[in-house]
Amino acid sequence: MSTQAIIETVDLKKIYGMGDATVAALDGVSIQIQAGEFVSIIGPSGSGKSTLMHILGCLSRPTSGQYILDRQDISNLDNKQLAAIRNKKIGFVFQAYNLLSRTTAIRNVMLPLMYDRMDSQTQADKEKLAREMLEKVGLGDRMNHMPQELSGGQQQRVAIARALVNNPVMIIGDEPTGNLDSRSGAEILKLFDEIHEQGATIVIVTHDPQIAVYAKRTIALHDGRVESITHNGHRRKQ
Amino acid sequence: MKLSEVIKISWEAIAKNKIRSLLTMLGIIIGVAAVIIMISISAGTEATINDQITSLGTNLIFITPNFGRGGRESFTSNNRGGLVFNDAYAIAQQVPGVSGVTVEQGSTQTVKANGVTLTGISILGTTTDFPTVRSLAVANGTYFDQNAVNLKQKVVILGSSLAEQLFGTADPVGQYVYIGNTQLAVIGVMAPKGAVGGVDYDARAYLPITVVFQKFTPSEFARFRGNEVRLIYVKVDDKAKLNDVILQIQLLLYKRHNVTSSNPDFSITTQDDIITTQESTTAAFRNLLAWVAGVSLIVGGIGIMNIMLVSVTERTREIGIRQSVGATAEDIRIQFLMEALLLSIFGGLIGLVVGLGGSVLFGSLSGMRTVIVPSSVLLAFGSAAVVGVFFGYYPADRAAQLDPIEALRYE
Repeated sequence: MSTQAIIETVDLKKIYGMGDATVAALDGVSIQIQAGEFVSIIGPSGSGKSTLMHILGCLSRPTSGQYILDRQDISNLDNKQLAAIRNKKIGFVFQAYNLLSRTTAIRNVMLPLMYDRMDSQTQADKEKLAREMLEKVGLGDRMNHMPQELSGGQQQRVAIARALVNNPVMIIGDEPTGNLDSRSGAEILKLFDEIHEQGATIVIVTHDPQIAVYAKRTIALHDGRVESITHNGHRRKQ
Repeated sequence: MKLSEVIKISWEAIAKNKIRSLLTMLGIIIGVAAVIIMISISAGTEATINDQITSLGTNLIFITPNFGRGGRESFTSNNRGGLVFNDAYAIAQQVPGVSGVTVEQGSTQTVKANGVTLTGISILGTTTDFPTVRSLAVANGTYFDQNAVNLKQKVVILGSSLAEQLFGTADPVGQYVYIGNTQLAVIGVMAPKGAVGGVDYDARAYLPITVVFQKFTPSEFARFRGNEVRLIYVKVDDKAKLNDVILQIQLLLYKRHNVTSSNPDFSITTQDDIITTQESTTAAFRNLLAWVAGVSLIVGGIGIMNIMLVSVTERTREIGIRQSVGATAEDIRIQFLMEALLLSIFGGLIGLVVGLGGSVLFGSLSGMRTVIVPSSVLLAFGSAAVVGVFFGYYPADRAAQLDPIEALRYE
């Protein structure tokens, strides 16, 4: 157990169903992720990788076990507290981009800031920050475009800018290249790499081994358990 | 999330679906407009009745005989029965704060003049104060004076429509009419007043009361107990003194009639009493209308709930996205509640404009008087807002309870 671990799970279990008809989506997962690490979680469908991602992303709670994020045990927080953690410490990048339609890129990026309970920033600060993030992902000239006016790759960039805007502890990518052609997908992975270089902790969940090897370390899940942990020494670069 | 931001988001959601938003608001629009229009119509009717009643003089007290109680029917006490002409004189002389007293005694007679014979004409014996007390005006000629009353002069003032029936366009003043067998000189014609409370003030003839006593309502007991009148009008100079004057009149008449307050032989009503009676009738009507309008508001609310439920389902993924970036159940609930509230407030505003315009339009088209009651506007608008929150809560709560994972998966 390392003290630098920013993410640590201890015997994490998630059991669906009741009585005899129960299914363990996660059956005792204990992993550690260090600050600044780029990790991929891989596994076939039904392996529990989505369930793990939902728990890591504070979208659901484990049935048992411990989840410590940023030195805080969050296994037993209520929905409201989980929402606050999602807001402050987690940035999601989804397969389907999940941008608000009919809402400009910049307002999509600002969305997490709008749910900041501290509300420490002025509207102008938020806009400035969102603009910086969009510039960082190379969309400085698309701020006021609607998602439907952007390509898939551009939409995913907006989603990444949104994930970065609240300076989270961890960015979770859920099949972030799944809806993209290979070229756009490669660009998105490159962008993740750049962000990683700047110090962000990134977890990518995928079923595709070719994507998984972009990360420094791959955690393979099978039937709700950690099957193997691989260090990807020769990282590909486009 | 800041309230201003919530309002902005909700407003954008409404503006994105203009047609649907308008249809959603329709129930509220109709409900609010209906409340305002219906209340303005009934308030207009009430105001018309009030005006008619007060147009027959203000600050009036009406004293009528009580038949069948005390007085007339019982011969036990030293009663003289009902009201008599001298009661009116006594009131005029002994009660302070009275600015005019007049009496009325009537009969139904046949009137002949100019070759025209009219039957069933109401003739009214009064005193010289009558036009002042009842706010009636003489259009042509003069009303009779005290001298005519004292000397029982055979003079008559005709109501405007009666004059027209008898003399057409010719000037009746200076002509003679026969009422019963008595010939009377026409000395004036009243200005038109119209019908108020079922009494046509223009189809009557006004005579000195002494002539009516002598010729049309002779009583063999008049010598002992005075001439009976069917109504005494007392005009009070200041409305604030009204109750005081009523008390004084009661005391005076108890004494004069030798009766007690438990067994009086007369009744006193005021204009306010009459207006109150009229109002209780229209109030029932108005309440009924208000309830009908209220039902349409509720129907409007159900419309809002309906559309909001559809909207929540359609926007499940949006809800999931918001949850994933940190929106709490509270944030989501407030957002949808605000949307319902804005829909009903905006619908309420449109309904207000439609209602106000409709009231004015209805008034000018139908000729009925409509009075816009500010409280009804507030009531209608307030109920719209309440309806919005009430019927918006369930859909908003449904949205708030969505599981973020399910919501994000929703296609």
